[in-house]
Amino acid sequence: MILSVEELQFLYRNRKILHDIAFSINEGEVVAILGPNGVGKTTLLKCLNRILRPKSGTVHLEGKNLFDLGSMEVARRIGYVPQRVETGRLTAFDAVLLGRRPHIKWDITEKDMQIVVSVFKLLSMEDMLLRYIDEMSGGELQKVAIARSLVQEPKILLLDEPTSSLDLRNQVEILATIRQIVLDHKIAAIMTMHDLNQALRYADRFIFLKGGKVHAHGGVEVITPQTIEEVYGLPVIIGEISGMRCVIPGRPAWDCSAGRVSSKS
Amino acid sequence: MHFGDGAVPEDYLVYIRRKIFWILGGLLLLFLMLIYSISVGQVAIPPYEVFQTIMGLSVSDSWDSIIWNIRLPQALAAIVAGAGLSVAGVVMQSILRNPLGSPFTLGISNAGAFGAALSVIVLGTGRMQSTAANAVVINNPYLTTMVAFLFCLLATGIILLISRIRSSSPEVMILAGVALSSLFTAGTMFLQYFADDTQLAAVVFWTFGDVGRANWPTLKIMTVVVLLATLFFMINRWDYNAIDAGDETAKGLGVNVERVRMVGMVVTALVSAVIVSFLGVIGFVGLVCPHMVRRIIGDDQRYLIPGSTIFGGILLLASDTAARLIISPYVLPVSILTAFMGAPTFIYLLLRGYKR
Repeated sequence: MILSVEELQFLYRNRKILHDIAFSINEGEVVAILGPNGVGKTTLLKCLNRILRPKSGTVHLEGKNLFDLGSMEVARRIGYVPQRVETGRLTAFDAVLLGRRPHIKWDITEKDMQIVVSVFKLLSMEDMLLRYIDEMSGGELQKVAIARSLVQEPKILLLDEPTSSLDLRNQVEILATIRQIVLDHKIAAIMTMHDLNQALRYADRFIFLKGGKVHAHGGVEVITPQTIEEVYGLPVIIGEISGMRCVIPGRPAWDCSAGRVSSKS
Repeated sequence: MHFGDGAVPEDYLVYIRRKIFWILGGLLLLFLMLIYSISVGQVAIPPYEVFQTIMGLSVSDSWDSIIWNIRLPQALAAIVAGAGLSVAGVVMQSILRNPLGSPFTLGISNAGAFGAALSVIVLGTGRMQSTAANAVVINNPYLTTMVAFLFCLLATGIILLISRIRSSSPEVMILAGVALSSLFTAGTMFLQYFADDTQLAAVVFWTFGDVGRANWPTLKIMTVVVLLATLFFMINRWDYNAIDAGDETAKGLGVNVERVRMVGMVVTALVSAVIVSFLGVIGFVGLVCPHMVRRIIGDDQRYLIPGSTIFGGILLLASDTAARLIISPYVLPVSILTAFMGAPTFIYLLLRGYKR
């Protein structure tokens, strides 16, 4: 067990955002956090690397209490890719090099630079190395942010909607790469996602959030039409195409003939 | 998790060396500029003799006196003030996440001007006297400086207090600064309205930033403050880079963003306050010099901080040299020239975009 969360509760201005959150993650696992907009997926991620401080509860990282560690110690163990990253007049190399910040004493070493180069190779982005990030597309920038989190050499990767600004091919590439890195390096990844089909293909376990707490938690068996309808309020059909499980919205949420949104019952 | 190693591409090393080359070139230019600045003026002294005198070899007694008592302290004050204002601007732009960050935008300069006006008019520390050599005699320069300094710190304190309540949000810091800036400007105008002619002249004169006011003791204080602050900023360069990548990315990298922002504000304000209270209001350098350097060597704080320090020194020294020569024998205060010289250059750089 690499990470375990118990009785986590997060308040924002005395309003309960998250409560009774408990789960644990093993090495080599990819976990998808699923749920509707505004349910607290991002908040949960931020509680796991102490960007936000939960009101109560514990997070144990490799057996150590997260709240006993210094901020640099946390950053050496947990990589975080936020939804939004800022650009500037920097090369991709320098932007990724910043990920070594938690390891740097006074200045970078040859080793830091070598790690950056090998991560560029791993993500097949060598051609982007010297490009300025303020001239990059959203998808390229997202790859830079993921590369930055990887050079932290973390035990756990937290990714907030890692594929939201990527095209279909890049989505598949990035998720497959993360999947492979997690297995190869015996780390774990937790990502918030909206696309249930991608979650099914690339995640081992699923956490459904509803009303600020864990509604369902487990392996592929928790992906049932009933759970999904309870969480998203939309009936779905789960079928198989070429041996792969797929989720598609069952009944149309809108009435095509009327050309306007109608209530779903 | 551990990654194997890969060879660092030569292209990147060349790219980095080019930045270092710019910084070293800047240092050389600064030195040449210093010699030139000292050699020109009403009494022309050949550059080689200037160099000899600075190295401690006495060439002639009168030249010794001109260089050591007048021109060298003034030139060094221009370098130190330019470097300090510019580096404070760079750091403010980073921690406030706003390209308009500078000691001037945040109202620190205006607070200093208000303090000086208060001292001159209410405490009676300044009088205008009409002599060709020195138009204004501030009766009690130390008190004026002290009061100006106190008001600079007061403005900073208020900004920090307000932003503390609103959890160090950079927008709040900027907006509070703009509000304070207007408040202190109004306060200065209020005082000026009730001042007599000589006081009014003294206040207006004080607000023209002028590096000619520096002497060796004040120069020493400014140098120590600017050097220590620059060292502090260099130590924190990775944190500023992290904040430039966004607050959340920075936090994910273990940077205590709120603390870096607060401490950075205190140090930048202190640098600005020391310079403003000794020399008066020198606008433009702190805002624009960092952007000029960004266009040449990019946003990477590892090179941007030393680059801005050096080019800030060059910009203010060049402006001051021009201010001494342009309508010789009259000497203009440098603050008038900084904008005259800087604004067209800056607009040119904006139009040209980034250097590839």
